[in-house]
Amino acid sequence: MEGKFIKFGKKRVTTDEFVAEGHSFCTGCGEALALRLACKALGRDVIIANATGCIEICTSPLPLTSWRVPWIHTLFENTAAEISGIEAGLKILMKKGKMPERDIKCVAVAGDGGTSDIGMQALSGAFERKHDFLYLCFDNEAYMNTGIQRSSSTPYGASTTTAPAGKLSIGQTTWKKNMPEIAVAHNIPYVATACPSYPFDLMNKVKKGGEVKGPAYVHIFSPCPTGWRSPTDLTIKIGRLAVETGIFPLYEVENGRYKLNVDRPKLKPVEEYLKPQGRFRHLLDEEIEKIQEHVNEEYAKLKAKIACFAA
Amino acid sequence: MSKRVGLEASRAAAEAARMADVDVIAAYPITPQTHIPERLAEMVANGELNAAYIPVESEHSALSACLGAAAVGARTFTATAGQGLELMHEVVYVASSMRYPIVMAICNRALSAPLSVWGDHSDAMAVRDTGWIQVFCQNNQEAFDMTLWAFRVGEDSRVLFPVMVHFDGFHLSHVTEPVILPEQKEVDRFLPRFQYPFALNRDEPMTHGAFGPPDIYAEAKVAQEVAFRKSKDVIIQGFKEFGDIFGRYYDPVEPYKTEGARTLLLTMGSFSETAKIAIDTKKNKGESVGIINLRLWRPFPFEELRQAVKDAETLIVFDRCISFGGPGGPVSSEVRSALYNEEERPRVVSFVGGLGGRDMSVKDFEYVIDRGREIVEKGSKELFETVGIRGKVTGIRG
Repeated sequence: MEGKFIKFGKKRVTTDEFVAEGHSFCTGCGEALALRLACKALGRDVIIANATGCIEICTSPLPLTSWRVPWIHTLFENTAAEISGIEAGLKILMKKGKMPERDIKCVAVAGDGGTSDIGMQALSGAFERKHDFLYLCFDNEAYMNTGIQRSSSTPYGASTTTAPAGKLSIGQTTWKKNMPEIAVAHNIPYVATACPSYPFDLMNKVKKGGEVKGPAYVHIFSPCPTGWRSPTDLTIKIGRLAVETGIFPLYEVENGRYKLNVDRPKLKPVEEYLKPQGRFRHLLDEEIEKIQEHVNEEYAKLKAKIACFAA
Repeated sequence: MSKRVGLEASRAAAEAARMADVDVIAAYPITPQTHIPERLAEMVANGELNAAYIPVESEHSALSACLGAAAVGARTFTATAGQGLELMHEVVYVASSMRYPIVMAICNRALSAPLSVWGDHSDAMAVRDTGWIQVFCQNNQEAFDMTLWAFRVGEDSRVLFPVMVHFDGFHLSHVTEPVILPEQKEVDRFLPRFQYPFALNRDEPMTHGAFGPPDIYAEAKVAQEVAFRKSKDVIIQGFKEFGDIFGRYYDPVEPYKTEGARTLLLTMGSFSETAKIAIDTKKNKGESVGIINLRLWRPFPFEELRQAVKDAETLIVFDRCISFGGPGGPVSSEVRSALYNEEERPRVVSFVGGLGGRDMSVKDFEYVIDRGREIVEKGSKELFETVGIRGKVTGIRG
C-alpha cells in the first residue's frame, strides 16, 4: 500500500519509509537522516546499488534487511560500474520486450571514501559513458565504518586515526578534495550539494537528480558525531553551521550553470563550526585563521562562477 | 543448415554469444582477448546483435557491470585474459557467491612480471578456487560449443553459477580454424530464455548482497560448496543435450587411445591436440601410451578421472603454470590429491612447460613421455621437471 503525503509547511512529504526502523546507525547519525530523506524523495521505483560502508553495514546484516526497495551491495569501489550494468540491463531488457517498460531510477549510494578515493575510477567511467543514473555520495569526511581513518574528503586540520593530531602534526595536512567540482568537470547534466539540516532542499535535489536524463551527482554533507567527536544532539546544528560559515555551500550545477541555494549576505566565522567538534579541538588560532582564509577564497571562487550565470 | 566457416577462437566465442542473444556485454580490451569485444561491439553497431555493449574503463568495472546486469535478469557476457582477470579477482568471487550466471571467455595469458601477453595457464590457476564452473577448450569449435553450453548450464535454475570458458591466448584466440556454426533454431532449442528467479524488481523488493556475520557466513559458504558440486549433474546433462542437438558429445575427462595404455599423459587446452600427435607417433611405434584431456576443471571431475587412469602405471601431468614453492604444477598436485586415497593408482609425474607463449612441439611431448617413464624407473631429484627451458634446471626440491 502506498503511503500518503503529509504537509510540512508549504511542502508535502510521503509518510512511507523505505529504510526500515531497527537499523544500527549510531545515535545522531547525519547520514541515516539524509538517507531516509533521500529515499522518501526517490519513492518506490528505484534500484539502489550500495557501496561497502556505514549505510551498507547498518542496514543489511543477514538474515535481516532494512530495505523496502530493491537493493544490492557487492563491493566497495565498484558501485558506479555496478549501477552502469543495472541501468544498461534494464534498458535493453525493456527494449527487447523482456521486461515491461517502466521508469526505474538507478541510484548508487556510497560514502566519501567509496566515492572520492577507491571508487573514483569507476565513477568517472560511469559519468563519461553517460549512463542514466543518480549517484549519492554521503560524505562524513573519513572512513567511519572502519574506525575514523582519513580519506581525501577529510578536511584540513581534522584529527583522524590515520592522520592523528600529535606533537608534530595538526592531523590532516591536505585540503578536502572537491568532489562536486570533479563531477562538474565531467559535463554531466546535474550536480548538487546537500545537507540533511536543509531537508527540503536535500529532497528536492535528490528528486531532481533522479529525474534528470543522464548522470546526476548529489554530494550530501553528513555530520558524524562518532567520528567528529561532536555531541549527538548537535548534528543538525553542525550541518547548518557548515553551510552558514561557507565551509559547505549548498549549490547546484544544472547543465553547467551554477546556482547558490542558500545565500547568506555574511558568512559566520569558521570557528563557530569548528568549536563543537572534538576532531578540531587541538587547532591553534593560527590554523583556524588559515582555514578561514581558505574558506573565504573557495567561497569567492564559487560566487564568481555563480555570478557568471546570474547575468 | 549449419555452415562451416573459418574462425579464430575469439570470433567463435563472439558468434556463440551472438547466437545466445546476450543482453549485456561489458568488457575492457586486453591482448589476446581484444578480438572478442571488438567483434561484439561491431555486431551491436551493425544491428546483428540486439544488446547493450558497455565499454567500461577497467576489467574490475567490466565484471562489476556484469554483476549489475545479471542482478536485473539480463543474459550477460564478458571476456578477459591475464592481468585483466587478476584485476577482476575480488569481483570473480562475488559473481559466484551471489549466484549470477555470467559467462566469461578467458584467452589464457601469462602473468607479469616480466610482462608477457603470450599464453599459459597462470591466469586460470589464480582463479581456480573462485566457485566458477570452468572448462578448457582444445580448439576453436570447442570455444564456440563451450560458450553456448556455458549459458545453458550456468543459467539452469539448479545451477545459477557463472562459467569461465578457457582457451589459449594466441594458440587459439588468434588462429583460424574451420568451425561449424549451427542454425539459430537449433541454438534456440538448446538454450531456453534466461529467467533469473531472483531478479531485482520493483514489485518484489529484494536485498542482494547483505553481509554475513559469523553465525551465518559459514553456513552460507558451505551451502554454496554443496550447490556447486551438485551442478556437475547438470554439467553432464548439458553435454549430453548439446550432443543430441549438435552432434558433438563432450565429457568432463576425454580419454584418447588410453585403452590398455601403461603410460598416460594428461594435458589441458590446445596443447592436448599437439600431444595427441605425439601419442599417435608413439603408438605407431608400438609403445603403450595414451592421453587424457582434462576438459572440466571446476567442479573437479574426481570420479571420471579415477576411472580414466585406473589401469595405468604412470600418469604424466603437464602444467602450463608454476605454483611457486608448491608441490608441482597446480594440475598435477590436484590430480595427485584426487588419486591419493585410491588403493591402486598410477605413479604421478609432474612437468611444467609452455610458459608465457613458449611453444610445445610434438617432439617436446615425446620427450615428456620418454623422460616421464625414465623418472618412474630411475627417479628424479626434482619435485617436478621442466621442458623447453634453456640450460639444466636444478634446485626444485621438496
